[in-house]
Amino acid sequence: MGVWIWVLVFGFVWGIGAHGLDRHPHTERISGSAGDVLEDDPVGKLKVFVYELPSKYNKKILQKDPRCLNHMFAAEIFMHRFLLSSPVRTLNPEEADWFYTPIYTTCDLTPNGLPLPFKSPRMMRSAIQLISSNWPYWNRTEGADHFFVVPHDFGACFHYQEEKAIERGILPLLQRATLVQTFGQRNHVCLNEGSITIPPYAPPQKMQAHLIPQETPRSIFVYFRGLFYDVNNDPEGGYYARGARAAVWENFKDNPLFDISTEHPTTYYEDMQRAIFCLCPLGWAPWSPRLVEAVIFGCIPVIIADDIVLPFADAIPWEEIGVFVAEEDVPNLDTILTSIPPEVILRKQRLLANPSMKQAMLFPQPAQSGDAFHQILNGLARKLPHNKNVFLKHGEKALNWTAGPVGDLKPW
Amino acid sequence: MKLSALQQSYTNRRSNSFRAAGGLDSSVDGSGKSPAAVFWLVLHGLCCLISLVLGFRFSRLVFFLFFSTASNGGTSGLYPSTPFLGTTADIAGSLSFQANSSPNLELPPNRTAGGISSSRVVVGRHGIRIRPWPHPNPDEVMKAHRIIERVQREQKLQFGIKNPRTVIVVTPTYVRTFQTLHLTGLMHSLMNVPYDLIWIVVEAGGTTNETASLLAKSGLRTIHIGFDKRMPNSWEDRHRLEAQMRLRALRIVREEKLDGIVMFGDDSNMHSMELFDEIQKVTWIGAVSVGILAHSGNTDELSSVVHKKAEEENLPPPVQGPACNSSEKLVGWHIFNSLPYVGNGATYIDDRATVLPRKLEWSGFVLNSRLLWKEAEDRPEWVKDLDKLDGVSEEIESPLSLLKDPSMVEPLGSCGRKVLLWWLRVEARTDSKFPARLVF
Repeated sequence: MGVWIWVLVFGFVWGIGAHGLDRHPHTERISGSAGDVLEDDPVGKLKVFVYELPSKYNKKILQKDPRCLNHMFAAEIFMHRFLLSSPVRTLNPEEADWFYTPIYTTCDLTPNGLPLPFKSPRMMRSAIQLISSNWPYWNRTEGADHFFVVPHDFGACFHYQEEKAIERGILPLLQRATLVQTFGQRNHVCLNEGSITIPPYAPPQKMQAHLIPQETPRSIFVYFRGLFYDVNNDPEGGYYARGARAAVWENFKDNPLFDISTEHPTTYYEDMQRAIFCLCPLGWAPWSPRLVEAVIFGCIPVIIADDIVLPFADAIPWEEIGVFVAEEDVPNLDTILTSIPPEVILRKQRLLANPSMKQAMLFPQPAQSGDAFHQILNGLARKLPHNKNVFLKHGEKALNWTAGPVGDLKPW
Repeated sequence: MKLSALQQSYTNRRSNSFRAAGGLDSSVDGSGKSPAAVFWLVLHGLCCLISLVLGFRFSRLVFFLFFSTASNGGTSGLYPSTPFLGTTADIAGSLSFQANSSPNLELPPNRTAGGISSSRVVVGRHGIRIRPWPHPNPDEVMKAHRIIERVQREQKLQFGIKNPRTVIVVTPTYVRTFQTLHLTGLMHSLMNVPYDLIWIVVEAGGTTNETASLLAKSGLRTIHIGFDKRMPNSWEDRHRLEAQMRLRALRIVREEKLDGIVMFGDDSNMHSMELFDEIQKVTWIGAVSVGILAHSGNTDELSSVVHKKAEEENLPPPVQGPACNSSEKLVGWHIFNSLPYVGNGATYIDDRATVLPRKLEWSGFVLNSRLLWKEAEDRPEWVKDLDKLDGVSEEIESPLSLLKDPSMVEPLGSCGRKVLLWWLRVEARTDSKFPARLVF
């Protein structure tokens, strides 16, 4: 008799499970490394204390140049706004697990809109000096339970040129802190262990406004719009994108399957929705907003950047969603892409169609559950509880406050 | 992300050339600073002179000759794209800089802070890899097209029409010079339709072997019937006869109780494939927009005046179809404006004047076949019974005559904004020297 009851219960549970699978016939659930991590709710798992910095570090900078809200580095500003009104925020620093410093280091823009990183090290240093003298929490861990959002090209190396960035390395004062950055490359100076990689900011409303009906047939095989040669800085090629973009152009410029050009069409977003593969090659830095756009528009991203670390790599199985091509294999790109079996392609498209995947790449205002803000908090929550060596013993010092180039030590 | 940093990269390279790092410099260091500096200056000057003479950046040649064999093994594909277009002559600087950065296996970038394992990826100049035959491979292209087709099929399964109904196409035709041309075009369109199809072909003057052989090539399910009258010569009479032929076909739908969506596919029209997807959405009777390509194929003075005026006013091509208000409800009809052509329209087939369409073409309408059945359970009351119309006592100009209430027509194609088919009547002269039908 008891056996039959167990059989019934088992059948009931299995029925529910099967029903759950049927809910999304043309999307597939993404199982990350720890189950369905993308849908975790961070509220209740961590507490974040937001330092009150004088407005010269954040508001005044934004007032001087409101363009910072729209460019691809806007994540730092929106993260600040999100944390101010989020349930994970606590006003009592004694119970906080993580400390956030609202400083906009990527908002000093040229007339063209490109951020200049030259003052950022001094600005960061001055902010850290402020928080370490006004609150005791920096000194007790030397920053190991603090996190900073540094979305610039090479993160906290604060330079746009890779050689210079490698020379500088990560700002010495940030060596123990957790860095939330867009840059990610394995075995690179500018990526610390334990950093959280985030997608670059892409305006959600603008992308939503360009959606086309789902039944429009995908007729473009490979799509790319952007520079192949950076004529201003590297006219002969070889430096820009490590020659990979130039290789794409030289090998496939007359191939009808590859819709690639340097134009700026007004139908860029619509075209991506009509393409099966979207190339996401590296530029001067390995990351690019194209990845976000490809995911939102259901186009399979073809990532050409050796050793790149993609956003939320511990929660999203990028290997199953995108196609990775080594830079040296670019001349065989067409063979690689056409030899992918159609079932694999359909599976990738189903994974991309999953709404939680698209949500995780966006920074919507106001914040919604499952979006990139929540994924950052999830990442921070996964690093808890803090290791014992985070808290320094009395009198112990780990950071060298005078390290780094002389110019950085000047006050800001 | 770079600023226009040609200056900066220039100074960067210059500073690097004097930095002590890498094989080439180390041998010179021991002998002291000034001989080394003089040596590099002399070398620099020498290379400048050589490149002035040769006309390209000399150091690259040296670089590729000495170092390209050492770097990554697969050199079969390693072709620099524009190797010899240098203009500046910063030779010594670039030489040592490249020596520092290129042979990635010999010189790991030891600028990194200690403790981090050296990266496989090196900063600096890389060759642009081009394969020996950088052109499309036809096998790859075929494979890609198969992938595209599979993806589109999947899209149709997921987002397309869930329960497609049979499409019943009604075509009046008759044997003439251009019949093969027009009918083949229509046939190929119908063969590409992804739904079940029944093609009812009504032929004026009785069924002929030529038409039958043409239809047999399609592989579609066809019903070929003959109509006893012959096609008259004047356009007015032709339209009337075609209306009667279509009614004949509708009676067949009624007798055989064919189930599906009836559309009127004239053999001279051009249909887009989206039309067949769109008409699946009809409930009882729907209307689509028809683009009118009214033209005369000659340079008659009168007609060209009309056309010039039309071009001057920048008129879009005329479209016949449903007109909607802002809440997507049918409020009226766009019909062809025949005022500019008054008096100039063609009356006979051979006229060298513009052939004009009717006010509302039959081909712009689609019907649910159940409207035509004798007893259909849920047939709405605003439809007249087909038996009461015989096309002789009253003029049947368009399917609207079948309805008691013309406002019940559903506008299709995003309320008539999308033009899904094009009307064009091009016929050869009756005294054309070709045989009755073209023989290919």
